[in-house]
Formats: sequence, C-alpha cells, structure tokens
Amino acid sequence: MAVNLFYFLVFPGLLFAATVGAFLSWFDRKITARVQFRKGPPLLQPFYDFFKLLLVKETILPKHGSPVIFLLAPILAVFGATVAGVFILLPLFNITTGFKGDLMVIFYLLTIPSFSYIIGSLASGNPLAAVGGSREMKLILSYELTFLLVVAGAIMKCGQQFDLYSIIQTQQEGSPFIGSISGVLLFIVGIFCIQAKLALVPFDMPEAEAEITAGIYIEYSGAAYALIKLAKYIMLFILPAFLIALLMNGFNLKGLGILWAVLKIVVVVLLLTLIRNTNPRIRIKQAVNFFLVWMNLLAVIAIVLIAFGY
Amino acid sequence: MGFKSFCFKKSLWVFHFGGASCNNCDIEILDCLTPRHDLERFGIVLVGSIRHADVLLVNGSINTRDKDRLLEIYNQAPKPVLVVAIGACGCTGGIFAEGITFAGPVDKIIPVNAYIPGCPPKPEAIIAGIVKLVNNS
Repeated sequence: MAVNLFYFLVFPGLLFAATVGAFLSWFDRKITARVQFRKGPPLLQPFYDFFKLLLVKETILPKHGSPVIFLLAPILAVFGATVAGVFILLPLFNITTGFKGDLMVIFYLLTIPSFSYIIGSLASGNPLAAVGGSREMKLILSYELTFLLVVAGAIMKCGQQFDLYSIIQTQQEGSPFIGSISGVLLFIVGIFCIQAKLALVPFDMPEAEAEITAGIYIEYSGAAYALIKLAKYIMLFILPAFLIALLMNGFNLKGLGILWAVLKIVVVVLLLTLIRNTNPRIRIKQAVNFFLVWMNLLAVIAIVLIAFGY
Repeated sequence: MGFKSFCFKKSLWVFHFGGASCNNCDIEILDCLTPRHDLERFGIVLVGSIRHADVLLVNGSINTRDKDRLLEIYNQAPKPVLVVAIGACGCTGGIFAEGITFAGPVDKIIPVNAYIPGCPPKPEAIIAGIVKLVNNS
C-alpha cells in the first residue's frame, strides 16, 4: 500500500513526472526561442508559472455553468496523466513488470486528460470554450485510431504480447523496433499522434490563441489552471516516454544507459518542438483528413510490412 | 521578499487591451516580444484570455464606449492584477483629452499601477516601466 502510494505520488508518479515534464517544457520554450532568434525564458520558468498560478492567483468560477464539474475536470486530468505515467514508467524504469494487457489500460488512461479538458470547457459555459471543446473532440476522434494502430504495430512486432514490459524486453534482447522500415514508419505516425495529443502547433486548434483565445482553457484561472499546466507538463514527459518504450528500446539504466535515456527523451521532444515551430496551424477538417487518410495509410502499410517480416 | 511575490514577479502574463488607439502603441508593445527585445527572458508572455492575465496593458484613449468594456475586463481578471497605462492617451488622454466622447484617462476608471508615457513609448521605455513595476509591486 505504502509502496503503491510512493509509486503514485513521488517516483515515478506525480512529483518525478511533473518535475521532468516542467524541465522539458522549459526545453521546448527555449528551443522555440532559439529557433526564432530570441533568448528564451530562464530554466525555472515553468515552476514560477505553476507556483504563481497555484499560490497567488484567484480562481474564478463561471457564472453560467457548472462550478463543480468545472473544478473537477483539472483534477481528473492530473489524475489520469499521473496514473498513465505510473503505468508507463514502472516497466520503463524496470521497477515492476506491469501486468498482462497494461498497454490497453495505458492507452485509455492517456485519453483521460483530453476528455476532462472537454468536460471542463463545456462546463464553463463560454461559447469559445465550447468551440474549443468540439474541436478537441474531433481531434480525439481523428488521432485515436491511428495511435491504436501504432500500439498494435509494436504488439505485432514483439510477437503478440500485450504488455509494455515484454515489448521493452524483446527490444533489449534483440534490436530496437525503430531499426526496421516498419519501425521508422510507426515512429513517424507516432510522433504526429503525440503532437496532436499534446495539442502542439499544427494541431492546436482546441486552444488556438489567435482565433478562440486559449479555447478550452479560456475560463480557467488560478489554481485550476495550475493543475491543467501540471497535467500538460506530465503529458509532455510520459508521451515521448511511451513512444520510446514502444519503438526505441526503452531505458537501460545501467552506467551510461542513463545518458542514453535522457538523450532519447530530449531528441523526441526536440523533434516535437521543431515540428511545432516550422508549421502553421491547420484547420480541423485538414487534421481529420491528415490522420484518417494519410497517417492511417502509413500505419497500415507499416503493419503489413511487419506481417511480412520487415 | 516572500516566495509568492517572487514567483509572481518572475512570471507576469500580459493581456493587452486596446482602447481607441491609433495602433502605434500596439506596434511598440508587440515590438517588445520580438527577437530584439524578447520579454520572455523575464517570463513575460502575451496571453489571449483575461482569466490568465497578471498584467492588464491599456493603451489608446478610452472613450465612453470603451469605458464599460474596460471595467468589465478589469472585473473579469483574477486578482491580484496589475494595470499599466501605456502611451500619452492612456496616461492623460493626450490630444483627445478635450474630446466630446473622451471618458477620462485610464486611472479615472480603474486603479493604475504604472504609467509609461510617450507617443508612442519606445520598447526600451516599456521595458523600463515594467522593471519599475516589478520592483515596486
């Protein structure tokens, strides 16, 4: 019991994932600034933002809406992100072996933050938040199948084993899945799915700042917004970690393996940041088309290649 | 200086309210966020929603129609919120002070924490004003 609480709250759960995620968020902002020839924020900027929102600012409840659901949504988001993070990171750090079929649990837990943002935005009674919520819903509908195909590809590659631990073990005994043609295709599809899951720029229609002014988060202020930030920090860490576990050999935490692990995370986040900085926001229709036609096609090609042993 | 006020000063999120402005101040404010001056060094970012804002930048002369909007925006902001009046119009009314639709400079409508005069103020002047605001709040 105490061990489980420690897993959930400290390592590798809430505290650890949020801290690493905050540093990754700083890295993301710094790289963005460097790409635009700016200097960028200081190292502890995500922590300043979080504690300012949590401790200093007032939380305003919507007048025309449901305050209870409005406040519950960020808590649910943090909860979902943390539980998903625990299930991903425990096998990844080789602490426990997980259980049979934990991939499906992780897959569903990873959608909880997005769903709770939708619930929260619709409970706020703001028309712009409702627009953002409906966009997020369409985005989920478009990328979820593709993401499932990526997971299915990894499952097929390791010989129909439905848990993360045996996927990682299969790769560490053999070679990483990304070393093959199908693995590269799956990685490309996976990167775009993560981009959409994190709502980064080509797919940031739910929170489009220029048109619907932060969209789904428009009514959130103070501590509630701090929790949303926390969920976003955690997601920024665990989604790349999940992709690394599925396709890039997982972590090998012996000796120099720690450096490799850090490097893998940094490279995946760097890739996400560069995609985010070199693309304009697309319309929701284009995003649905992009995922349902092109990314699904790539993923299916990858799965067919896997079936033929490539 | 406590932990709370330290975090607050390190991460000021700015919401930009343009009154009946001639857009020169708006351009200079956006200039502050460009590579040359880059206010994100100090954690200052422009936000789209007033609910996320810590600083309310007001520029342009406030006329009778803007007055209600400004009051509403100010009431919607989560406290503590700092108000900065930018430009001659925001600080005093400038050449519109005698106008028939003019509803008073910003500080007659909402409490103002810092004034940055100029028509328009240079980005350096805006940064200097923000430094003063951070040091005195």
